[in-house]
Amino acid sequence: MLSFLLKRATMAVVVMVNVSIICFVLSNVAYDPAIGIAGAQATDEDLALIRQTYGLDRPLLVRYGEYIGNIAQGDFGVSYLTKRPVLDMIVERLPVTALLAILSMALALAIALPLGSAAALWPDTIIDRLAQLLAVAGQAIPNFWAGLLLIVLFGVQLRWLPISGSESVAHFVLPSITLGTFAMPPLIRLIRAGMIEVLASDYIRTAKAMGIRPFQITFKYALKNAVLPVVSLSAVQLGFMLGGSIVVESIFALNGVGYLAWQSMSRSDMPVIQAIVLLISLIYIVLTLLADLLNAYMDPRLRSARK
Amino acid sequence: MLLQVRDLKVTLQDQGQRLRAVRGVDLDLAAGETLCVVGESGCGKSMTALALMQLLPRGAELSSSKLQFDGIELSKLSRHKLSALRGRRISMIFQEPMTALNPVFTIGDQLRAVYRRHTGVSSAEAQARAIEVLESVGLTNAELRMKQFPHQLSGGLRQRVLIAMALMCEPEMIICDEPTTALDATTQAQILRILKEAQSARKMGMLFITHDLGVVARIADRVAVMYAGRIVEHGSRAAVLRSPAHPYTKGLIASVPRPQDGGTGSKRLASIPGNVPAFHHEDPRCPFLSRCPKRMSICTREAPPVRQTEAGQQVACHLPLDAQEALTA
Repeated sequence: MLSFLLKRATMAVVVMVNVSIICFVLSNVAYDPAIGIAGAQATDEDLALIRQTYGLDRPLLVRYGEYIGNIAQGDFGVSYLTKRPVLDMIVERLPVTALLAILSMALALAIALPLGSAAALWPDTIIDRLAQLLAVAGQAIPNFWAGLLLIVLFGVQLRWLPISGSESVAHFVLPSITLGTFAMPPLIRLIRAGMIEVLASDYIRTAKAMGIRPFQITFKYALKNAVLPVVSLSAVQLGFMLGGSIVVESIFALNGVGYLAWQSMSRSDMPVIQAIVLLISLIYIVLTLLADLLNAYMDPRLRSARK
Repeated sequence: MLLQVRDLKVTLQDQGQRLRAVRGVDLDLAAGETLCVVGESGCGKSMTALALMQLLPRGAELSSSKLQFDGIELSKLSRHKLSALRGRRISMIFQEPMTALNPVFTIGDQLRAVYRRHTGVSSAEAQARAIEVLESVGLTNAELRMKQFPHQLSGGLRQRVLIAMALMCEPEMIICDEPTTALDATTQAQILRILKEAQSARKMGMLFITHDLGVVARIADRVAVMYAGRIVEHGSRAAVLRSPAHPYTKGLIASVPRPQDGGTGSKRLASIPGNVPAFHHEDPRCPFLSRCPKRMSICTREAPPVRQTEAGQQVACHLPLDAQEALTA
């Protein structure tokens, strides 16, 4: 187990270094950071002065080395716009994004698990059709549109829920529904397909032949096998959401990482963008690792394969 | 009679067509008796077993004029009552030990669950009972095995675990669907011995499905030969194996390799040409019609009558009984 962890940690570092190189090179070669700082109307003299002040006239490799060195000390640079440390800006927005991501994921799983299972237990019935309709609709409706519809219905017409800001939990209801609906369809499909396969398996037939109660067969014997692939998918989806949903946070003016990413991109605030990209890849790597560990915990076959 | 089955029919859906897998089977099984249902792949013997357990696959239709276990009509039982009966009074062992155990629960979890479901005892009592039964089926290190997962055991060990699971609640009847087919010869012999011992110790009725006449010779009291969804011959082990009456049974017995013929290459192993036909429509005529070497014109017109031979078995065939005797000689 320890060697597995070490291997995965090494791989994580390699991936992170690669991401940082690609991100740094793209944002310095494909685009001139001096223009970003000075603005489009800056004269050539202004730009030269800025390049000198920020050290942008030095070779790329030197600047990358300095960038990585700073990151190692927890210094992700300073925002061109706000002149504040990038790390502070991200850290203060992270709770909003994390709350949104966890609520959305919880909502998606809370609906997908029972609905997908029910669809598998009674295929080609009204429940199955409903699950499939929900899966198709959730995937087909863009979340900016779903978000706007929810705002119109619950915020403007019924006036039940606030439509922007992040002051209370109520502010998170509509964004979570929007983002959760977006994450749900592949989960419903995966659970339905997994349960159909597992319910037709030999070991479920054995359990039936031994008189195990139907409820226990479905929710203990079958579900534990069917959710194994769901763990991995959920980790990827949660990673995606923890990186901040740019669209959903913008619609509901939630001051999270996604909203920050959108602001930084529209104003070319490179240090912030770079830091967010690194953060997202770090979250992905950590969650994938956690999902693997959770899978190994749940599936004994994986555990012994790794020994 | 422990088990009484009359006119059992199972129809499957096969790519939009109705496939008649079991076409009117009658079976009787007494307590303490072993009945072997023998036939080649696709003859409907597994479907018969699953029908008795009410475990037919989705889309299968079952009909029967009688499907009684100890006087209880199984086809009329509610899902709840059926589940209380299975594993408690009727158990089943399947062909594939490799896939028949749940991969994510330990052997102990799965054995205890069965016992606790039917007796409601504590986990500790179930643990003790599981170890006792595992040891009775010849498993060493039972306590260690309880903590292991199915993938850590060999096929033979898994089949013993499945037998133990089926015996947990001391059922009155056990249905074995080719439990030794997937195992090597040595393990097969051990498993048969364990099953036979368990059966005689507990006076269980055993319905044993197999295609292997060697297994039949070893464990059967009575034999029912099944072909294309029907039982074509039925009688005591001695009668059916020593003086088979139906041309199909004869062909089946002739196709068993004998050590005295083997190795020299002098004699070709006998086989029955063709395959088991699939029946999509009702056809009362003899199911063996298309492959029978003794076919007569009456066979293509009329259903064969069921008659009793001198040796005592029942056979469904048009051939005159004396002609059948002559064939045997």
